[in-house]
This record gives sequence, structure tokens and C-alpha cells, in this order.
Amino acid sequence: MRLTVLETEKCVGCQSCMFACSRRVGEAGLARSCIGVRSIGGMERGFSVIVCRACADPPCAKVCPTGALVPREGRGGVRVLPDTCIGCGHCREACIIGAVYWDDETNKPMICLHCGYCVDFCPYGVLGMQKREAENVEE
Amino acid sequence: MLKNDPLENILYIDLTRRTFKIEKRPDLFEKYLGGTGVATQLLHEECPEGCDPLGPENPIIFAVGILTSLFPLASKTVALFKSPLTGNLGESHCGGRSAVSIRMAGYGAIVIKGASSMPVYLSIENGRVRFRDASTLWGMGNFSSGRIIRENEAGAGLRTIMRIGKGGEKLIAYSCVTTETFRHFGRLGLGAVFGSKKLKAVVVSGKSSLPVSDKKEYRKLYDEVYKTAVDSPVMKKYHDLGTAENIVPLSRFGGLPTRNLTAATFEHAAKMSGETFAKKYLGRRLACSHCPVGCIHIAALREPYEDVSYFYKTSMISYDYEPIYALGTMLGISRPADFLRLMDRVEESWGMDAMSLGVILAWATEAFERGLITTKETRGVRLKWGNVKGYIKAGGYIIDQPNDFYRALARGVECAASLYGGMEFALAFGGNEMPGYHTGPGAHLGYLIGARHSHLDNAGYSFDQKVLVEKKMKPEETIDALLAEERWRQILSSLVICFFARGIYTPELVTRLLSIGGIDLSTGDLDRIGRTIHAEKYRFKIREGFALDTVRLPERIFETPAPVSGLDKAYLTEALAYAHKTIRKELDAAP
Ligand code: SF4
Ligand code: SF4
Repeated sequence: MRLTVLETEKCVGCQSCMFACSRRVGEAGLARSCIGVRSIGGMERGFSVIVCRACADPPCAKVCPTGALVPREGRGGVRVLPDTCIGCGHCREACIIGAVYWDDETNKPMICLHCGYCVDFCPYGVLGMQKREAENVEE
Repeated sequence: MLKNDPLENILYIDLTRRTFKIEKRPDLFEKYLGGTGVATQLLHEECPEGCDPLGPENPIIFAVGILTSLFPLASKTVALFKSPLTGNLGESHCGGRSAVSIRMAGYGAIVIKGASSMPVYLSIENGRVRFRDASTLWGMGNFSSGRIIRENEAGAGLRTIMRIGKGGEKLIAYSCVTTETFRHFGRLGLGAVFGSKKLKAVVVSGKSSLPVSDKKEYRKLYDEVYKTAVDSPVMKKYHDLGTAENIVPLSRFGGLPTRNLTAATFEHAAKMSGETFAKKYLGRRLACSHCPVGCIHIAALREPYEDVSYFYKTSMISYDYEPIYALGTMLGISRPADFLRLMDRVEESWGMDAMSLGVILAWATEAFERGLITTKETRGVRLKWGNVKGYIKAGGYIIDQPNDFYRALARGVECAASLYGGMEFALAFGGNEMPGYHTGPGAHLGYLIGARHSHLDNAGYSFDQKVLVEKKMKPEETIDALLAEERWRQILSSLVICFFARGIYTPELVTRLLSIGGIDLSTGDLDRIGRTIHAEKYRFKIREGFALDTVRLPERIFETPAPVSGLDKAYLTEALAYAHKTIRKELDAAP
């Protein structure tokens, strides 16, 4: 399963999802959030919700010089191995949608785990969990 | 308060010297929680007695609270300053991204003093403050200046951009500060205080982690608050139609001020209703940061250009009950598109408080009708109920101030009436133009005794509709009830909880949430703190020359019948005398 942005036009920009993602690890605030919501050049135009798309062959993992981003077998997306990561930031550059967030304290990337915790806190059904195509095929 | 909570940091900025410093004041936040409580103390510390509201010594104080970014709906920033409109306590609240951004940048409050010699904007990012040249932005409206700053500054999605329009630059006494295009520090003229300091905008951004006393309990409590906020029927009306829902019921009830309160029902209420706006114009829904309710309703107005065919302009314009009252029913405007056209000017270009402007134009229309002013004063503008073109012209002149008449309008309705007559229908209370409720004695007493003369101080309009409509009360009982509400609201606005969520944030819940932030207080403590803050505000008001026993009662409110009986001079005078005495006692008892 992966987290999917179902309908951005319904997003009201409340950022409840961002706070949820930080709370997932028991923290208040936004520092630990792996999802971002920003206006598309002014709130009158609506929002974009930026989060890992669980690419089948993730560019971030491909550019990591130490192999600290491990593609998740058949499910898309990556797992971050903090001990292997040297904080070079290549992954951040490689993600063209900007879904590699940064933990300024540890100087390491933060990438959505597709746990689905935020979904329950989006009051407008913008977010949902979806099966990857590959997973559908297996069934 | 928990160790490492950045709330205790106060950022002091001096625009004259272009310096800043950060001071830790845990004492203030522990005693007064944040928001209005802390800001009131800072106002006492920073605002010299009798200072010129438009002078460099008038401070701008922003404060947020301990629950901001911890729980939903603690989403307001409180601004305190000395008001250029009333010459007294200026307090205005605003949502958008402002509160979360200030908290996430690592501050509990920001104090801005001094004045710049040239236009500047401030860029505040975590521990850094930059003074940036805003000469290019001067003269620009809210949309354009917002767009340019957006493109020049970091922190997309994590920032607030507070800015002024032409009204603030021109020191219009009731100009506002806009954040995130559609939210405002609307009342009492913060825009002019910005303008007097040559401060075009303040950008604040940040992203941080906040400590909680117990992670598991935090998540549990959060879920509880979140569920109530999303499911609760008390929030539903704000969610569905927004505050505009009130237009029809208020008019039917007979409490909707119309045509400068010559009537209190509007025959075209259905045309200007929340339902009509939703059906024909609603184009987008928005929320403040960390608010799942999303009460902000934005209309899309599509209009052809007059000079060229097949070109259209689509404007996005926010609407709410209060602007529909002030720029709609008060001016006899019955076409939503006309209201939106006027509102667009007010919001985008002029940057003025919609409520004050509406009341001022309503007074001017009646004065014009009665011949107190003529086209000589108005520079050819025919002020007539419903004539939106005339109102747009007059608003433009208020900005340009080509003569004494428009200079007077730029200073508020009382100033204009003192020069041209018609004080009996100049609808201001304590110098602040009237909010949109003519429900009965509760509403008007509420405006009169409220620390900022706003309907939000103590919700007298609600007291009328819920209590006084059922049973008569002695003047003292009404005052006691209003003061009790206002004291409790000091707690809510110190925690910067949106008043729309007052139904879910009960004293009992508040104490539980506070303990997550490491503050252990009983409901009794909250009551005591609320009293102290209220007394402290009044101490400031009295210091600056306000007196409840001499406050002006506009005749008009007694002429137009209100739905709840008891709105007569004798009742109000008695009530005010009692309020005066009670607040005096409160001040003497305060520590
Ligand atoms: S799915 Fe989990 S990790 Fe991904 S954004 Fe949502 S809460 Fe964060
Ligand atoms: S919770 Fe939903 S509506 Fe709110 S910002 Fe996130 S995606 Fe948008």
C-alpha cells in the first residue's frame, strides 16, 4: 500500500496532515513531517500536496552514494538507513517533486514511509491509501 | 512550561536602528499563557503613556500561545498596539498561517518598535531577522506585494506574509494588515501603525519540534480534540456555509443593521445570503494552519472587461458575515456581484477594515441624503443606497484624500460626524465602528464595555439571542454575564484559540491540554488569570483616557427597534454605571 494524493483541488491547506506526520513519532510541531502542503502561487489558486509517490524505481535511491536508501521490494518508495547515510543531500536533489524532506538536527533525509497515519487526519479526503499496481497483479 | 519550549522567546525588533534581540521571558508565559495575556503585559512595558499611535514609540506586539502547533484551532495571532482609530487599546486577531509560523520560527511573541526612514519589509526565519528594502513594493496592493515576497523568500508552505495595502501606507485610521491574501488583522488600524513605521510586510517562517510532557497522552488527547472539531455540530455551521449563514436568520430575527441602521431587516437578505453566495459564487475553500474546520469561503467573480470583448477577469474574493453586513446591507447593496466588486477593492487594493469602511460610507450616505454634505464635499460622487459605483469612487478618494471631507472619512465616522454633523447616526462605540448586530441591549452593551469595542469581546449579540430573548434581566445581571464571558475569552485568546471553537474548548478540556505543554492549572486558576488579564487591559484603557461613564451612545440605536426588548437609554445608562463600578473594583483588587 502506498499513500496517494487523491484530489488536490479539495485540499483547504489546513496542514493537519503535516502535523499528523510529526505526531506519528510522538512529536508536536512540523520538524519531523514528511509531507508538505503549500499554495500554488497564492492561496486563491489552491494547494499542492507534496509527498513521496513511491516510485517503482526511485531516483533518490539511484543517486545515493552509500546505499542508504533501500527501495522497498515491490511496494515502491524507500527505507532510510540512517547509519549508512552521510547526509550529502544528493537524494534531495534527485527528487524532482521535492518529497525528500530534511531533518536539520540529524542532517539526514526524511521520506514518507507510506504508513497511512496522516490519512485519518485529512478532513477532506484528499489523501488515501492505494494498492500499487504491482501489488494488484500479485493478487 | 516545559524546558526547551521556544515559546518563552520574545523577538524584539527596532526598525529605527535596524537591530534585533531575543529575550527569554518564561515568567510572562507561565503567568499569562501567551496571546492576549502576554501581549497586554508587553504593551504595558513597551507603550509609553499618551504616545502618538502613529509615532515610532507605539509598539506592535504579536503573540501566540502554548497550544499553538500542539493542538488544532489554537490558530490565531493576537496583535496589540495603540489604535490610531480610537487612540486607545488596539487589539486585533488573525489566523491564516500567522500563529503556526511564529511558533514554528521559535517565538512566543514579536515586538516591533521604532520606525524606518524608508519602506522595509522584515524577513524572520528561525533565529535570523533581515531588514529588506521595500521601496519597490510601496504603493502595491495586497495580491501583488504578496506574490513578489512569495517569490523572493524561502519557506513556502511554512510561512506567513503579513502586509499592508494602500490604506496602511496612507495611514487610514482603520486600515488593516492582511495575511495569506484572505485573512486580516482587521480592526482598529494596525495597518496604519505598520504604515507609520514604513513597514510594508513581515514574513515569518520556520519548522521546529515542540516538547510535550507525555507523548502517548498527547496523541490520545489530540485525537479527542480533532474528532470533536470535525464531528461536532457546533462547528458545522462554520464549515458548511461559513459565517455568511447568519444573514437570513439575523434579518428574519430583525437584528441585521441595514442602511445605516435605519432598519434592522433587509428585504433582499435572501439575495445576499450564505446560500446564494455558495450556490452562485463559491470558488474555493480554505483553512488556517492547523484548523480542520476550514471556514474560509472564497467567491470567484467572473467579469468581462469593458473595453475589449472576449476578455474576462476572474477575481477570488473572500466573504463572511461581517463584510456582507458592512459593505452590503449597511449600504443597501442587494446584488452579490456588487458587494464582491466593492469587497475586492477593499481586500486587494485598499487594505481597510471592511466593517469600519462600511459604517463610514453608510453614515456618509445618510448625511448626503439629509444635505449635511453635498457633491461639493464628495467631489461629485452621488452617495446613494445600493450605488456601488459611487462607493467604489468614494473609497478611492478616502485613499487619495483630495479634500478635508475625505481626510475626515479617513479618520473614522466619529471624526467625520464631529465636523459635518450627524453624530446621532454615526455608529461607533468607544470610537470603533459598529459590528453587524442590532439584536438588543446585550449587543450594544457588549460593544460599549468590550475592551476593544468588538462584538467578539463578550458576544452580547449571542446573549440577546439566547438569554434576553427569553427573559428580562436587570442591567446588573446583563453586565455580570457579559463580563464573565469576556473574562473567559481572555483565556481563549491568550491560548489563541479561534473563538469559533469556543464550544469545544471548555475550561476542563483546556486544563488537560495545558498539562501536555507542562502547565498545570486548575479551572479556578484559569478564572483568576482571565480576571487579571481583563483588569490589565482596562488599566491600559483608563490610563489612555477611556471612561465607561462618559462613553457616547449613538441615538440611532434607540430609534430603530431591536428584536430583543430593553434597548432603552435608561437601561443602558444604568448598566454602564454598574459596569464602571465593577471594573473599578476589579482594578483595585488586581495584584
Ligand atoms: S503516510 Fe506516514 S510517513 Fe507518509 S506522510 Fe503520511 S504520516 Fe507521514
Ligand atoms: S489534511 Fe488534507 S486538506 Fe488539510 S492540508 Fe493535508 S491534504 Fe490538504
